[in-house]
Amino acid sequence: MGYMLEGSTGAWEIVVGLEIHAQVISKSKLFSGASATYGGAPNAHVSFVDAGFPGMLPVINQECVAQAVRTGLGLQAQINLMSRFDRKNYFYADLPNGYQISQFAHPIVGTGVVEIELQDGSIKHIGITRLHLEQDAGKSMHDQHPSKSVIDLNRAGVALMEIVSEPDIRSPEEAGAYVRKIRQILRYLGTCDGNMEEGSMRADVNVSVRKPGEAFRTRCEIKNVNSVRFVMHAVEAEAQRQISVWESGGEVVQETRLYDPARGETRSMRSKEDAHDYRYFPEPDLLPLVLDEAWMAKLKSNLPELPDEKRRRFCAQYGITFYDAGVLVADQTTADFYESVAKGRDARLAANWVSGDFFAALNRTGTSIETSPVSAAALGELLDLIGDKTINGRIAKDVFELMVETGKMPGAIVEEKGLRQVTDTGAIEAAVAAVLAANPDKVAEYKSGKDKLFGFFVGQVMKATQGKGNPALVNEIVKAQLG
Amino acid sequence: MSLDAATVRRIAKLARIRVDEAEIAILQTELNAILGYVDQLNEVDVTGIEPLSGGAQMAMRLRPDICNDGEMPEKILANAPDRAGEFFAVPKVVE
Amino acid sequence: MSLTDLTIAQAGAKLAAKEISAVELTAAHNAAVAALNPRLNAFITTTPEFALEQAKTADATIAAGKAGPLTGIPLAIKDLFCTEGVRTTAASKILEPFIPPYESTVTAQLKAAGAVFLGKANLDEFAMGSSNITSGYGPVENPWKRNGSDAKLVPGGSSGGSAAAVAARMALGATGTDTGGSIRQPASFTGLAGIKPTYGRCSRFGIIAFASSLDQAGPMARTVEDCAIMLGAMSGFDAKDSTSAERLVPDFRAAAARSVKGLRIGIPTEYRADGMSTEIAALWEKGVAWLREQGAEIVDISLPHTKYGLPVYYIVAPAEASSNLARYDGVRFGKRVDGEDLIDMYERTRAAGFGAEVKRRIMIGTYVLSHGYYDAYYLRAQKIRALMLRDFTLAFDKVDAILTPTAPSAAFGLGEKMADPVTMYLNDVFTVPASLAGVPAMSVPAGLSAEGLPLGLQIIGKHFDEETVLAVSAAIERAANFTAKPSLMAGGAN
Repeated sequence: MGYMLEGSTGAWEIVVGLEIHAQVISKSKLFSGASATYGGAPNAHVSFVDAGFPGMLPVINQECVAQAVRTGLGLQAQINLMSRFDRKNYFYADLPNGYQISQFAHPIVGTGVVEIELQDGSIKHIGITRLHLEQDAGKSMHDQHPSKSVIDLNRAGVALMEIVSEPDIRSPEEAGAYVRKIRQILRYLGTCDGNMEEGSMRADVNVSVRKPGEAFRTRCEIKNVNSVRFVMHAVEAEAQRQISVWESGGEVVQETRLYDPARGETRSMRSKEDAHDYRYFPEPDLLPLVLDEAWMAKLKSNLPELPDEKRRRFCAQYGITFYDAGVLVADQTTADFYESVAKGRDARLAANWVSGDFFAALNRTGTSIETSPVSAAALGELLDLIGDKTINGRIAKDVFELMVETGKMPGAIVEEKGLRQVTDTGAIEAAVAAVLAANPDKVAEYKSGKDKLFGFFVGQVMKATQGKGNPALVNEIVKAQLG
Repeated sequence: MSLDAATVRRIAKLARIRVDEAEIAILQTELNAILGYVDQLNEVDVTGIEPLSGGAQMAMRLRPDICNDGEMPEKILANAPDRAGEFFAVPKVVE
Repeated sequence: MSLTDLTIAQAGAKLAAKEISAVELTAAHNAAVAALNPRLNAFITTTPEFALEQAKTADATIAAGKAGPLTGIPLAIKDLFCTEGVRTTAASKILEPFIPPYESTVTAQLKAAGAVFLGKANLDEFAMGSSNITSGYGPVENPWKRNGSDAKLVPGGSSGGSAAAVAARMALGATGTDTGGSIRQPASFTGLAGIKPTYGRCSRFGIIAFASSLDQAGPMARTVEDCAIMLGAMSGFDAKDSTSAERLVPDFRAAAARSVKGLRIGIPTEYRADGMSTEIAALWEKGVAWLREQGAEIVDISLPHTKYGLPVYYIVAPAEASSNLARYDGVRFGKRVDGEDLIDMYERTRAAGFGAEVKRRIMIGTYVLSHGYYDAYYLRAQKIRALMLRDFTLAFDKVDAILTPTAPSAAFGLGEKMADPVTMYLNDVFTVPASLAGVPAMSVPAGLSAEGLPLGLQIIGKHFDEETVLAVSAAIERAANFTAKPSLMAGGAN
């Protein structure tokens, strides 16, 4: 039995489907040559087309189409060689034409699937219903002027991909994992920056609840949720609300709601209750979008390796655990960093260092891979020093800390600080002899069966060599001298 | 199909055109005359016919991703009935 | 001969020969506009100074030996074409203060060809109408009169101002736009030639949209050759219009001089609609005879879905219009009427800004697209539209062009045919099918009615075969030898 919420009438199952709006990375807008760059002076990145001036016509941007195709391929989805644009008609101050150009009946991308991983390590497949291209609206601001709302059209006409999932999601955790996974795929593909704070990715969350085994009940749509955490909270809060409605003998009404993070609850968008009738019809200013198969094949062959694929390859190629591989492929930069460290070296050791000390150092110093004082080459060199026994693992930790502090290469630090590992058998034999001689009582105890003291002798010898003794050699000689 | 007064009001609302009560009946008559006229289309057997949705029968050209427009806020705002600085201004929307 | 009575071809020859200057020619037309426009209301906005400036430039171009056939030719521009810096209203009150900061592609091409713009011609509001009575700036009077009557007649529509301006010798030619007959029907009503080219031949960029899948720009002038000259400059691929065709522009002027010998001309049975006046039927017969005499082969054809053209049109065009006109909301341009809140502002602005016919069409269009009705109306109409296109495709397997009357009657009186919207819509019965199929069609003056009013014949061609359309039209023009002139014209009637 999966995730259930307990109500007064028993267990309830949550059913969730998501519509993710992802802003396409492109230089110019979907249907005009105005800049798609975020920000800018008000109404600067606006052409007459974006502002819906009389006689203006849309002309589609090839790169936005390519980005949608790449994304579709990344979602293992069917790419529709023929798609169409439709007009979605409604009035709003930041919708200049009085309609949004979208794809309703014939989207560019059809059904696909994404794999999500849950806390317990289990894998679940979430179906993708479709992906379509559409225009973003402008921005209305209600707090800039005492008596007026003001409109900035800089975002109007920027390309969005709407990615619609099947109602396959059954818990807040799955909802969160799904959004993260979509974001990861989009970032790998370079089709959307996934920045939810700036609004370049946002989710409409469809939630309903049902008793196990029932058909779907009425759902509500929570609009414009802008973080993974809020998606999870919104699912939980809305499901709880619906359960209490049903259990108090009421009926859930299909409506659009907003999630209020401050209060941790959803509320009805009463201002939008005025029933919408979008009057979709084929956009007569555009022609059918027909994809050239050769062009598509080229896009496909230039597609980067995606996280799932990369993760499986990391396991196979580097012999690391599925879990570690998951951590290392979290984003493209980390994966690339790991690969350049691991290449030609002990890949498992590299995985431990990257996901252990290196990540900890990034966290501690508040840096990222791009700004870290330790480059992949430096960390690689450190691994080389361990590998060729120039230093041992313990000293390596100290060297790494110095690398983080100073940004110097490990070889230089080892030389500067004289940290080379002692592999001279004679020196170690002398050190061992000295330790044993200084602790006759402990030697006697050991010989009478207190085996645990072996570690004590090794520790003392390492101390005497300032940690530079080759650990294997030290072990061997202690064992020999103790007889 | 014929329109009742409520439907005329609903359409006017959807089309964002203010219609006085006195006009409703007139519009209702006129719109019903048009709808009555187009009803003859029901005679045609359209089974299996693909709708023609555009004037041109060809595939769409795709534009290269180049920024060559915009960056002219004054021209964009020049015709605005009301503005607040560099923004268009409308009656305050309470959300 | 008076300067205002020249054809474009004649004026061009005189300009090239430096017999006249562009400034003289423009001044004569400015004077004609000043004299006649207060009566005919053919222009919403006149731009005499601007025209003279353009004329001076044209004279310089001629002096430099770089003149083309349109250099220095004074034209009227339908006020549906956006013209940079010159008010553009679409004959709607809602756009009364609108000054476009950009130029339509068609007018930009005409400017580049050296043409002179006299002003912005009146039209039915947003091109919705067949009589120019829906203009927010008052109706246009047809310069033609019935024999022995001074009753005001309509010039047809929607390009009624363009038609009246050219017929009354206030301009040598005019741009029009045609969505369901808006070039051809007024051309027929005013004794002019006018061609709606193939959908995609002229760019729609900068033309205020009525019904995007039907709108096409085209020329109106006093001869077929003049139309050919203008069409050459107006046509061509435009990357700013996704529906613009990537095709070379043929030599239309040369095509207008081609013989029709051996061409197969289709006569569609279905156009013999119930109640076609004997006068129109007789004119059509004449047209058939003229073409046969010039060596064309006459072929009976069938366009079985013809009768559904109008009802299809009156679903598709309003549907697209309801969406195209949503942008007139008082936010970014045009007139606003203040309201209590945003929605109230929208509703008041649109109620005050749009006239009755525009509101009706927006309402019908909104209804046929609305939830639960889309399939029954819009989708069904688009399927029948596909059948109509198929009708033409099959017919054009057998013939090179089709000959029909342009309109079911001559110009009618202001105030007539106003009983209900549908009566007015019937004006477009012969012109709408070509619009729905996207094929080129031209009206050419072919004779006078018993009351002394001009009547036109329509020539419909294959997609992108304007050349044959022009050739057949010119053949009719030659045979008809239409020399009648309207009662009201610059320099007075002859």
